[in-house]
Amino acid sequence: MLEISPRKKVYDVCVIGSGAGGGTAAKILTEGGLSVVMLEAGPRLNPDKDFKEHMWPYQLAHRGVGVGGRQAGIGDEFMAPNGFWEIEGEPYTAAPGSSFRWFRSRIEGGRTNHWGRIALRFGPADFKPHSTDGMGDDWPITYEEVAPYYDKVESYIGVFGSKENVPNAPDGIFMPPPKPRCTETLIKKACDRLHITCIPSRMAILTKPLNDRDACHYCAQCGRGCRTASNFSSSQVMIPPAAATGRLTMIPNAMAREIVLGSDGKAEAVSYVDKSTKTEQRVYARSVVLAASACESARLLLNSRSASFPNGLANSSGVVGRYLTDSVGSDLAGVFPQLEGMPVHNHDGVGGMHMYMPWWLFGKKNDFLRGYHIEFGGGRDMPGVGGFQYACDTHEGYGVSLKQAVRKSYGTIIGFSGRGEMIPNENSYCEIDPETKDKWGIPVLRFHWKWGENEQKMANHMQATFRSIIEAAGGKVLGEEQSTPPAASAGESHQIQQQPAARISEGGEIIHELGTVRMGDDRKKSALNRYCQAHDVKNVFVADAAPFVSNADKNPTLTIMALSWRTSEHMLDLAKKGEL
Amino acid sequence: MDRVSRRALLKSLSMSVAAGSVLRVIPLHAAEHAHHAIEEEQAAGAYTPKFFDAHGYKTLRSLCDTILPADADAGGALEGGAPEFIDMLTSENTEYQEKLGGLLKWLDATCTTRYNKTWVDSAPQQQTEILDQIAYRKNADSDQSLGKPIEYFSFLRNFTADGYFTSKVGIHYLGYKGNTYLTEFPGCPPVPGV
Repeated sequence: MLEISPRKKVYDVCVIGSGAGGGTAAKILTEGGLSVVMLEAGPRLNPDKDFKEHMWPYQLAHRGVGVGGRQAGIGDEFMAPNGFWEIEGEPYTAAPGSSFRWFRSRIEGGRTNHWGRIALRFGPADFKPHSTDGMGDDWPITYEEVAPYYDKVESYIGVFGSKENVPNAPDGIFMPPPKPRCTETLIKKACDRLHITCIPSRMAILTKPLNDRDACHYCAQCGRGCRTASNFSSSQVMIPPAAATGRLTMIPNAMAREIVLGSDGKAEAVSYVDKSTKTEQRVYARSVVLAASACESARLLLNSRSASFPNGLANSSGVVGRYLTDSVGSDLAGVFPQLEGMPVHNHDGVGGMHMYMPWWLFGKKNDFLRGYHIEFGGGRDMPGVGGFQYACDTHEGYGVSLKQAVRKSYGTIIGFSGRGEMIPNENSYCEIDPETKDKWGIPVLRFHWKWGENEQKMANHMQATFRSIIEAAGGKVLGEEQSTPPAASAGESHQIQQQPAARISEGGEIIHELGTVRMGDDRKKSALNRYCQAHDVKNVFVADAAPFVSNADKNPTLTIMALSWRTSEHMLDLAKKGEL
Repeated sequence: MDRVSRRALLKSLSMSVAAGSVLRVIPLHAAEHAHHAIEEEQAAGAYTPKFFDAHGYKTLRSLCDTILPADADAGGALEGGAPEFIDMLTSENTEYQEKLGGLLKWLDATCTTRYNKTWVDSAPQQQTEILDQIAYRKNADSDQSLGKPIEYFSFLRNFTADGYFTSKVGIHYLGYKGNTYLTEFPGCPPVPGV
């Protein structure tokens, strides 16, 4: 006997994921009058409980580094919660010879909770890479088509910056930038001498009040979450206005398993695991927006197999999971003796850089294609565990002289990070691992990864550039001032982690993975059309970084929001015409 | 103020968010008030070591005090709670246990051989003589058997610095000025060569 619940609720849209893309979609769709049910794989965010803003290291027993000191770095105890490289019971695998790291934030707001807030527009050439240099593919849309949505996003979330007219690094709608710190003043002067463009950074942090959000109070702790929401996060800036419409239903702890196809060939529901009750659930909707993060959205499509889509939903092209890229990352640090003369002063600023270097060789002949930008930071930051190794290892010994040496060197180190464009290659992709399932019984992703020669050359160029900036600014590359290397028997604990020769990040390490459900005009070579709508299944849309066709040297989040806004407006148009 | 009452305070503040706002944020003045309220450091109770036995903990405290002692400017590693921090993390990490256990074992064995006393019972100049052997990496060049003790001591030196310079007294000693509320960021004061 077929049992049909008479009260089966059918929403207009099911949005999977509550981060940059999902949050934007929820806001635009609900404000446009549609009912939205949102599935979030983690819990609701509770800023009162979850944010450790303004706490001192000594107010936590482990001083921030967690049990056994194992939580140092991006996942430390101070950071906004629930972002991890490894999640118990939810593994991913790498093919032999590949390594890939996958950062996932299972919580309301997703990865916007810890986002560095670097808000860079892609430039005109970034949408036309193939036309520019013959490699990769062009997007089906142009900068001019996306620009109005960049305007909308920046106006709503608040971004500081300055008008600079840098080629292929478009200016936006900016609040005034904060003044440079001492470290930034020093490096800016060196860059001027080297003819490297160094300008105010562009960050999604308020320097003036906006809507109900106060301006930044310059505590440098954006990564911890902000009780005044002076920085942007989806959980505090996108979800609340969506909820205020009364048309948003948020289902937390809901791990999407599969998109269910109706008899009409369109998606009719999403099945998910309710993690809190460990039960299988299903939610019905007239359309589905995947915004679970590029790889998670690809995984969901690939796991949604049916007679009509044996290779995964909306994957008749076979491109889902392919074209996976991450930013090219390389780092180097320098020590600057003149910074010892800095007086005691408040050096905090916003939670991130006040200055940065956009790609300054655009259109020039280089020995590699595309480009990178440089992020840098350091100085008299809040002391933290792990921050004194350089001083201790350089001075050695013990006693009052060691204590004084650490004080003298405090704040004199500046680190540089290059973030460059990777060209998609056939060796880098993700697929369903035929062997492994997560604890919910959902097949997991297996990653294949290989940097190309262009990325290696780019990383070498980054290293050479960092070195020239450090030296031009009167500093020394960290780890090289010791005339003899540490004795091998002295162990790894005090070796400075610098690998200057051709050091390149691990795949996924920069957390800019994207491209796995690409858009395009040719349905044989792409999964989504120019509105991020599936070619094969018209009521399925993707609103994270999966639709990206290239991974420009601009952090993806601003573009995720601009595309999600655009896709959502398109969905409202379709709804008005009765075509959703 | 303990964590529970801090939460209660923040909660009460966020319930008084400006009327009409749909955002779950609190205005700056309220956040600042909450911040000042949590500045009261929790009173430190007596600490019971979790990993080291009484003798080991006494040795650890002595080493921390020697590595970063109190001086005319400020208190040292003991006032900064470095031994408590080190003991807690070591109780949770076998790699740390191996290194610090190895260091203490080597110190006591070496002192017993040379002076027929444990490390803590050795005279100050005897302790200095031993530490000077393992406080510098170059000493391993002439005596390879010092490699491991040098590695272990270097580990403890870093660990002690982590504990001290992230404490209230250590942060004040470094001269970090921040973690506060500013209405405007003032930028860089004049610095020669910058």
